[in-house]
Amino acid sequence: MAEIKRYDNRLGVWGWLGGGRWGIERYAYILHRLTGLAILLYFLMHVVVTSLRATGQYLWVEGGFFHQPIFKFGEFLVFAAFAYHALNGIRLVLVELGFAVGKPIEPIYPYKTSLNVQRPLLIIMMILAAILLAAGGSEFLGLGK
Amino acid sequence: MRETKYWTWHMSAGVVILFLLGLHMLIMHVGGITHLFAPHTGEAISKENSLFRDSRMFFTVTYVLLLGVALYHGLYGLRTILFELTLKPAVEKAITFILLVAGLGLFGLGTWAAIATHAIAIAGGRG
Repeated sequence: MAEIKRYDNRLGVWGWLGGGRWGIERYAYILHRLTGLAILLYFLMHVVVTSLRATGQYLWVEGGFFHQPIFKFGEFLVFAAFAYHALNGIRLVLVELGFAVGKPIEPIYPYKTSLNVQRPLLIIMMILAAILLAAGGSEFLGLGK
Repeated sequence: MRETKYWTWHMSAGVVILFLLGLHMLIMHVGGITHLFAPHTGEAISKENSLFRDSRMFFTVTYVLLLGVALYHGLYGLRTILFELTLKPAVEKAITFILLVAGLGLFGLGTWAAIATHAIAIAGGRG
């Protein structure tokens, strides 16, 4: 089996967070990772807390420890992170599989890049995320009851 | 090739999560609009509504499935981010081992809770 050549990450931690001049899609990707890490942190705690229901402890119901406004707000942030991460994730999978980046063309001046071709997909996904966020926000504010 | 396979699983897990967590979010956090699987009055996350869902085999199975794919997706994603720092092979192995143990431990805990709560809910909610 062929060995994969690995290159040093010269940028270190900045390589995680710095988008440079790569365009808004690169920053959307960085935010995708940040929201992913936030969701993971919440999820690991969520598994432990919800597992306690097997011992009869429902800490999230009315009167429970996690039924305070601060945790409700935290839940909304998790919902917002999920809405963004899910819809941007669809975009990333589509782009990774070669959709929405246009067909390969001869590099003839003025050059066209696939980065600009995929921009409408980003805009559509962000509009959908905003709609989902509004629906979730109305629920958290109690407007849906 | 092995890492390519793991990455494909990571993306596939994301698609499964999209549907299962989407349903979870619709029930738990947009319940005021949808009123899905929450027949009792009050919040969708109330004890009565939680027990109603726990009594359904569909939810027990999907909870375990969602737990498995979400743990894989999240912990493999974290591993990918950490590995970008070009770590020493021994450190990479240690990280993989820690994430694997943590993932299996949480999967065991969550699976036990889903099955135990299903039994409690069927028996009449004597949790």
